[in-house]
Amino acid sequence: MNRYVILAVLVLANVATALLVVRDRHEHRLAFIALNKLDKTRDELNIEFGRLQLEQATWAESNRVDQVARARLGMVFPRTEDIVVLRR
Amino acid sequence: MKLFGLQLPEFGKRDPREAARREASRREAARAPANRSRGRTQFNLRGRLLLVGGALGLCSFALLARALDLQVIDNEFYQKQGAARFLREIPIATSRGMITDRNGEPLAVSSPVESIWANPQELLKSPARLPQLADALGMDRDELKNRLSQRADKEFVYLKRRINPDEAKAILALEIPGVASQREYRRFYPQGEAIAHVLGFTNIDDRGQEGLELAFDDWLRGTPGAKRVIRDRRGRIVENVDLVRAAQPGRDLTLSIDRRIQYLAHRELRNALTQFDATSGSAVVLDVATGEVLAMVNLPTFNPNSVGTSARDAHRNRAVTDLFEPGSTMKPLTVAAGLEAGVISPASMFNTNPGWIANGRYRTTDTHNYGVLDTTGVIRKSSNVGAAMIAKRLGNQQFYDFVRRFGYGERTGSGFPGESAGVFPAPDRWDGTSKQTMSYGYALSVTPLQIAAAYAALGNGGKLTPPSFIKGQHAPSRQVLDPKIAAEVLHMMQTVTEPGGTATQAAILGYHVAGKTGTSRKASAGGYSRRYIGYFAGLVPVEHPRFAMAVMVNDPDPSKGYVGGTVSAPVFRNVMEGALRLMDVSPDNLDTWLAAQAEAEAKRLKATGRALPVTATTAVDASTPTARAAQ
Repeated sequence: MNRYVILAVLVLANVATALLVVRDRHEHRLAFIALNKLDKTRDELNIEFGRLQLEQATWAESNRVDQVARARLGMVFPRTEDIVVLRR
Repeated sequence: MKLFGLQLPEFGKRDPREAARREASRREAARAPANRSRGRTQFNLRGRLLLVGGALGLCSFALLARALDLQVIDNEFYQKQGAARFLREIPIATSRGMITDRNGEPLAVSSPVESIWANPQELLKSPARLPQLADALGMDRDELKNRLSQRADKEFVYLKRRINPDEAKAILALEIPGVASQREYRRFYPQGEAIAHVLGFTNIDDRGQEGLELAFDDWLRGTPGAKRVIRDRRGRIVENVDLVRAAQPGRDLTLSIDRRIQYLAHRELRNALTQFDATSGSAVVLDVATGEVLAMVNLPTFNPNSVGTSARDAHRNRAVTDLFEPGSTMKPLTVAAGLEAGVISPASMFNTNPGWIANGRYRTTDTHNYGVLDTTGVIRKSSNVGAAMIAKRLGNQQFYDFVRRFGYGERTGSGFPGESAGVFPAPDRWDGTSKQTMSYGYALSVTPLQIAAAYAALGNGGKLTPPSFIKGQHAPSRQVLDPKIAAEVLHMMQTVTEPGGTATQAAILGYHVAGKTGTSRKASAGGYSRRYIGYFAGLVPVEHPRFAMAVMVNDPDPSKGYVGGTVSAPVFRNVMEGALRLMDVSPDNLDTWLAAQAEAEAKRLKATGRALPVTATTAVDASTPTARAAQ
C-alpha cells in the first residue's frame, strides 16, 4: 500500500517536472528571442554611433579644417605684431 | 501432409519418359508406404511452429533491442545527425576596438559592411538569373559564371566582400535563390595618411598587419561569439535556438598621439620635403616628462583606407625602422660624456685651428675654421674638431658605455613592431678611427625615435624614459645622467637657436629653444657621397622642457639647401610653435615677446599717425583673444 503511494507521488512528480521543463524551455526560447532583438537594437545603435563618429571625424579632419579655414573663411594665423601680451 | 501431396506429383514430373513410367510408378508405390511411415514419426508440428515463432520472435527482439539502443541507450548518433541537417552554429561577428588619440578623437573605427556570398549548388539551379546578379554585383557575366561553375560542388563562395550595407540590401532584394549576405567589419581611418604609419592597417579579416594595429591586435580584437540557429535550405535563419558564446567586442585603445600635433608635423614635413625636393623624412615629438609619443610622421606615406594602391615602400614607419647616421645631433651626448667624466668643463677651451684634425690617416674637418672655441661654442658652431678633441680625452669603453646608456644600439622599448635597435658596435669591434668619428655622429646608426628619446632624457633631468604610444602607460625611467650636467648641456644647446648658432630658424618667439642641427653625408659604396640627411633635434621650453622633437629630412636637393639648420629647423619651429600653443605651455622668454610687441606697437603708432585712429582700435580688438591665450 505504502509502496503504491510513493510510486504515485514519484510519477506525479515526474510528470510535473517534465511539464516544468517544457515550460522553461519555452520561456528560454522567448527570452532568447528577446535578447537577440535587444542585441540587434544595441548593435544598430552602436553602428549608428560609429558611423556618426566616423562622419564627424571625416568632417573634422585636420587637413580639411585647415583648408576651409584658410580658403573659404579667409582666416589667417595672427602675426607676431598682431599678438598683444598682457601681464597681470 | 500437404507437403507430401505436393511432393508426389513432382516425382512424376521428374520422370516424364512414357516407357519408364509404369515401372517407375510401381517402384514408387512400393517405396511410398515406407516413406510415409518415416515422415509421420519425424514430423512435429508443434516443434516447427515453435522454431518459426522463436526465430521471428528473436528477429523482432533484435529490432526492438536495436531501436532501444538507438533511441534510449545510444541516442546521440542520430540526434547529432539530425541536428547536423538543420542546426547550425554560426559566428556572431564582433567589432574591433576603436583607436583614439589622446583627446578621444577617433583615429581608427570599425564600421559594419556586408559580404555577399552564394551557395553555388543552389544558385546554379537557376542560371537564368545569373546575368541579373552579375549586373547587380558589377561583375563580368562570364566571370561570375566561371567562378560559380568552378566551385559547383561547394556550398559557399564569396561574391563580393565588404560593401556598403545599402548596396548589399539592394542585391538581396533581388531574391535570387542561394544568395545571402554576412556582416563583417571594415576599418576606417578618418585621419588618412597623416597618421598611417603609426596605426598601421588590418587585413581583410580585420587582423592587424602593421603598426599599432599589429602590436595591440589581441587587445583590439574582439572574440567572436557563436549562436545555434535553425537554418532552412536557402540558408535563411528560421529560428534562434541558443546562445553558445556571447560575442566579446574588442577594447578601445587610447593613444598618446595628439591628432592636431600629428597633423601639424605631417603638414610641415610635407612642405619641407616639397621645398627641398627630398625623398623621405621623419619627425617624432615626445612628451619629455612621460616619454609619450605625441606625434610621429613619415613621408612618403600611404592612404590606410586603400592600402593596396600604395607602394609597399611607403608602408614603413621610418621613424622607428630606418637607420641613419645621426651626424652632429650626437655632439650634445659627446659633450655630456666629457662633462660627466670630468675631462672637460663648460669653460674648457678647444683650439680647432686649422679647422681640421687628423684621425688615423683621415681627417676630421669643420666647414669653417672656427679658431678657439669653448665647450658651448663646440655645440653652437657644431665643430667636428671640437667634438673629436673631447672624445680623445675619453676612454673607448667610457664613451661607449655613456652613449649606450642613452639607448643607442638597443630598442627603445616602445613596442612598435619592427623597431630597429640601431647599429652601435662595442669597442672591441672598433678600429682606430671609430671613437673620433662617432663623437660627431658617424660610424653608428640610430633611428629618429632614438634621437628624440635621448634628447628627451637631456630635457628630463637626465632620466631616460622608454617612449610609449599609449596614453598613461609609461615604463619606468632610468637616471642616465646627472641632472646638473643635463641642465648645463641644455643651456649650451640653447645657443644653437640664438644669433650666431647654426639653427636660428628654429627660434620660437617667447620661448627658449635648445636644439642641435645635424647634417650627415650619406654613406655610399666606398665612402661618403654628396648626398645628405638634414637633422634638427631639440627641446622646448628650456626651463622645464615639455617637448622633445627630432626632424629628419633625407636626401634633399643640395642645390636648394641641405644643412639641418635650413631644411629641418623650420619644421621644428612650426610644429613646436603650434604644439606649445595647443598644449598651453607658458612662455619662458616673455622679454623677447614684449620687445617684439613694443616694436610692433611702435610701427603701429607710426602707421596710425598717418591713418585714422579707428584702425588702431580695431587692430587691438582683433588681437585681444590671442592675447588672452598668451597670458
